[in-house]
Order: sequence, then C-alpha cells, then structure tokens
Amino acid sequence: MTTLRQFSRFVAGSIGLMLRGPAVYWVWVATLVALVASGVAAYVTQVSEGLIVTAMRDQVSWGFYIGNFTFLVGVAAAAVVLVIPAYVYHWKPIREIVIIGELLAISAIVMSMLFVLVDVGRPDRVWHLIPGIGHMNFPRSLLAWDVLVLNLYFVVNVVVVTHILYRAFSGREYDKRFVVPLVLLSIPLAVGIHTVTAFLYNGLAARPYWNASILAPQFLASAFSSGPAILLILLQLLRRFTRFEIQQSAIAKIAELMAYAMFLNLFLHGAEAFKEYYSATEHLRFTQYWFEGLDGHRTMVPYAWTAVSLNLTAFLLFIVPTTRNNWITLNLGCVATYAGVYIEKGMGLIIPGLTPDTLGEIYEYYPTITEVRVAAGVFAVGFLVFTLLLKVAVPISLGEFQSDRMPEADAATAPRGLEPAPAGSAMSLRRTDH
Amino acid sequence: MEPTAKQERGMTRRQFASCTAAAAAGFLMTACGPKRLFDMPRDRLRTLIRDMERDYTEKYGTAVTVADTPPIPGVKFAYALDVSRCIGCRRCVYACVEENNLSRDPQVHWIRVLEMDKEKGIDFAHADPYYEADKVPREKHFYVPVACQQCDNTPCTKVCPTGATRVDPDGIVVIDYDWCIGCRYCMAACPYGARHFNWSEPTIPEGQLNPNTHYLGNRPRPKGVVEKCTWCIQRTRAGRYPACVEVCPVGARKFGNLLDPESEIRYIIEHKRVLVLKPELNTMPKFFYFYGT
Repeated sequence: MTTLRQFSRFVAGSIGLMLRGPAVYWVWVATLVALVASGVAAYVTQVSEGLIVTAMRDQVSWGFYIGNFTFLVGVAAAAVVLVIPAYVYHWKPIREIVIIGELLAISAIVMSMLFVLVDVGRPDRVWHLIPGIGHMNFPRSLLAWDVLVLNLYFVVNVVVVTHILYRAFSGREYDKRFVVPLVLLSIPLAVGIHTVTAFLYNGLAARPYWNASILAPQFLASAFSSGPAILLILLQLLRRFTRFEIQQSAIAKIAELMAYAMFLNLFLHGAEAFKEYYSATEHLRFTQYWFEGLDGHRTMVPYAWTAVSLNLTAFLLFIVPTTRNNWITLNLGCVATYAGVYIEKGMGLIIPGLTPDTLGEIYEYYPTITEVRVAAGVFAVGFLVFTLLLKVAVPISLGEFQSDRMPEADAATAPRGLEPAPAGSAMSLRRTDH
Repeated sequence: MEPTAKQERGMTRRQFASCTAAAAAGFLMTACGPKRLFDMPRDRLRTLIRDMERDYTEKYGTAVTVADTPPIPGVKFAYALDVSRCIGCRRCVYACVEENNLSRDPQVHWIRVLEMDKEKGIDFAHADPYYEADKVPREKHFYVPVACQQCDNTPCTKVCPTGATRVDPDGIVVIDYDWCIGCRYCMAACPYGARHFNWSEPTIPEGQLNPNTHYLGNRPRPKGVVEKCTWCIQRTRAGRYPACVEVCPVGARKFGNLLDPESEIRYIIEHKRVLVLKPELNTMPKFFYFYGT
C-alpha cells in the first residue's frame, strides 16, 4: 500500500510538473494543441468522407501516412545508438542521456502507430488485429509481425523509463536485475522493429523497387543517422535551458557515429542505383521515376535530388572533425540529415515503390492538404508526448523532483543527480550530493 | 393485486437474469467463437445473412437476397481469355459493373482492358488502359483485359494481417467485407492491380442494384474496405457463367472446371498456346491467356 501511495504521489507530482512552466513552454504546448486540433478536424472529415479526401488511389494505394510511419519507426529504433554504448560498453558520457533516447523512442512509436491508424479504411475495426479478441494472421503476415514488435518495443521502453524515473523519484537505486535484461532485450527489439518494417516492403515481389534485399540494412543505416540527428539538437536545447549536464564529448561521439551511419546509407543507395542503372532492366522505371521522372511525370524529381544533396552535405559535415565540433555546422548537419532521410525514406520509398503501378500506369501522387493536416496533427501528438515526458524526466534526473522534496521546495538547493555508475559496477542511478 | 405485483417483480428479476445470461453467452460466443464470416457455423452465418438481406432491402428499396452457396465439391474453376479474339470493346467491364454492384461514383472497375502495341507484345510498361477509340479494334493494337488472376500461390492472402481474405476450395479468392480493416497491404502485394479500395461510400443509382447477391461476392460493400473480382461467385457456384463470359460478343472468354478432363478449359490448356501474366512471380494464376487463332 505504501508503494501504491508513493506511486500515486509520483503520478500526481508528474502531472503537477506538466502544468507548471514558463511562458515559452505554454506557447509551445498551445501551438502543439492547435496543430492536434487541426489534425483531428481533418481526420474527422477523412473518416466521414472516406480516404477519397487523400490523394491515394488504387494505383498508389499508400502515400504520405505510410511514408511517415516508416520514417518514425527508424527514429524509434535509433534509440539503440545510445543504449548500446551506454549499457554494453559502459561509456559514461552517453549513459547520462540514454533516458532521453528512450523517451524519444516512446514518442516515435506513438506517432508511427498513429500513422498506421489514420491510414486504415476502417479504424473502427482495428481490434480485428488483436490476437484472441480478433484474428491475427501470424506468422504469415509481416504486418502482424510489425504490430507485435512495435507494441512490445513500446511496452519495454515505457516499463524501463517508468521504473528508472519512479525509483529516482523515490530516491532509490533502480533494480538492476529488472532493468538490465529489459535494456538488453530492447537492443535486438530496436533492430527488429526496423528490420520487420523493411521486410514488410521487401517481401512484395509485385513491387521490384522494394523487393531488394538491400532494403533492411539500408533502413537501419538511415535510421541510425536520422534518429540521433533529432537527439543532438534536443540535447543542446536541454543543455541550454536546463541544468542538465551533457558533455561535449558525448555530442561529438554521437556525431561521429552518425557520419559512419550516413556513409553506409549513401553507399547502400549507391549500390542499389548501380545495379538498377547498369543492368537497366524494366525494373529501372521505378528508380527513374524518382531521379529523372518518367514520360514527363517529374513531380518527385526535385525531392529526390534535395534528399541526395542533404545527405551528402550531412556526411561531409560530420566526417570532418572541425565541422562536427563547431556548433553551427553540427546543427546544420543535423537538420540536413533529418530532412534528407525524411524525404528519402518517406516519399522516396513509398511513392516510387508504387509508381508506375503493377500494370504500368503512372499516377502522380502528391499529398492533399487534408493529409498534410492529419500528419501535422500526428507529429504534434508525438511532440506533445515527448515534451510532457521530458518535463517530468529532466527534473527527476536532476534530483529536483523527489518524493521527500516536492518541486516547490528545492529551487535554490544544489542539484542532485543522475550520476553515472563507476566503471565496472554495472549500472546504478544514485543520488549524490555534490 | 398484491401477489400479482410480487409475481411481476419476480418475473422481471427472472427476465433480467436470463437476459444477462443470454448477453454473457452471446458475448462469450462472439469473443471466443469464430469471427470471420467464412469460419462461422452455417446456422450463425444464416442469421447474419438474414440481417444483411433486411438491411439491403431497406436501403435499396428492392428485395435483396444474399446467398451463402458453398464451393461445389470436385470443382476448381479456371478461366481462359483468347487474346487473338478480344477486340477491346469493354462490354465485359460494364457487364461486370452491373452484375457485381460496383460503385458508379467513384467508378470502380474490376476488369481493366489494356491496349497494347502489336510491335511490343505484352508489355505493361507501354500499355494504355484509357484508350478512347471511335472503333475497336484499332490498327496495330491488341487488347489484354486484366482482372483478378485467382492465383494458387496468392501474395494477397499471405499479407492480410487479419486473415480477411482467403482462397476458397474452388479456387476463388474471396474477401470478408465485414472483417477487412482497409489497410491495403493486399493491394501493395497484388502484382495484377486486381484489388480495389472503396475510397468513399460506393454509390449505386436507384433501381440499378442487382438483387441476387452472394455474401462473399456482389453484396453491397461499405466504405473503407477492399474488393475484387470473384468470378461472379453468385453465378458460378450456382452453375452459371460469369457475366463477362456471357456478354463477350466475340466469344473470347472461356470458363470451366479445371478438374473435369472433358471441360472446354482443359481442352484449351492442353491444345492451345497458353500463357499466364508475370509467370516469374510464381503466383500460379488460374487465369490463362491464349492465342486461339
């Protein structure tokens, strides 16, 4: 019962934290809420009129929503870029910020699942997927696999984060026997969610553009560059606006890892482009539609080359030590990576995969305002979730929010911290007074 | 009066108890029992079908029947289309629309007639589904109508996350419109563009509904689900030809039982130059194209 009371204090305190903040915080939250409202309104139209309000048709039956879903699964998977060095190699500077990565993963999974939900024609029947209550075509359907691994990954991350934060709130160390196995499990799961998502496309022989075995490795490579790009910007914001200590060496290390991931991504794309153009079979048409346009249909071409240039720029900025240590070029690189991978893995994967269609017809897809509004709403939900989670996690990690000292009391006291464990002694989240 | 009131109260309580029990049993049956129409025991399916008939009759103002005719034992259907005869008149397309209650607005067509160049042969990359001609066939062109190829090795049923589509024993690929969630994964998986989505509420003008329907075939569909050619399951399981076979003015379309050695379809497969579309994908279609002349 004491645990229960303590936990309800934790929940109530967390909600309290979310409801307090400076003007900037409220402006940010209000903007997100407005975007969510606009998205909900657009979605209501979509549900009542049908998916005809989107630009999707029988020829291009998936579009912007599924593109965003794919991109966000990658962002969620990228949390392991932080988890692996932190927990496996005990690399201290990254260890401190790993919780931020896990919160990002949770928000990204929320968004990716919402993108699937807004894409289906009968959202009222989504329960048909639930094993037991519904009928899940497992193990034959890769979509069934995806639903399973995404939910599992989501639950594991929520459990780990809640446990660590609650224990820190109670001023206790977290339970190693509980956390370590789950964290170790989340590493293959993260690789798993993205591999399964790649296989979802990869397994379709009807779509030669997707039916290439390079797809899964290329998904992982692009995820491991785009996920950290968001984190790097975020960590700098945290360092600026809170007392969260983030070492420069951690940021530089992540940027370096991103350079390797981006190199691999570009290399795998190059390998695929070589195969298509050199062999020049009828399958080349999909790649041509993306890079050059086909029979005068050139809607996607500017996007294709923007993505290539952004990715190349990001790679160069991150591979040169001077530019990855300069904060301006570092952030430019992050934005370039994020935008480049977003285009390449969203529209760049889905649209040429379906254009021309299986009977050779070219239908030029371009999202409608409704689709953009719904998508913006989903992103706003994700950012809102992330903001609220950070609002709780940061004070706890800084030792400002604990059961024995509720937030009002400690404004002036010294920070207590999320202290990295001494090397060798596995992991512990200790309270220490500086 | 007093005892009656008590009795009434007692009755009410008993009624309440039996209603609760019935509701609980109903819930258990739904929760643990079969969910997809094609898994249902016959009597439960019949009940649901009676509800469908009532709803459609009310909605369309005409007496609609929904059949649940099962596959005929010993029958596996196959289709053959004579490419050298087809003139590209698209009569099959519109006969199909009327027979199968396809949406008129937005237009849904289960058959897509592709105009191809004789010079290039069967080449989807240069096919034109939107040809407009004063007179068909046009010179230097030939026509390839494409609908569901009713594969044996079906990419579409494999990917369906809820198992809402399957191959029936007579070889027809069917969809449970009440179980489909509209994710459109099957549409991405189909190599023949045979699956169509109801992007909005399908509309059929008053008086144009074909009231003879089958629960896995041409009964009215809701918005947001996938549909496809079922070889006129409402006709063929009752021993008739599909509408497209009947309407074809040049006799290019042949249909029959693959398991019957005396059937016309077997004769064609054994004696003509037969091909299937995209054989490299190993989908094993039961829809054959042939050159009759």
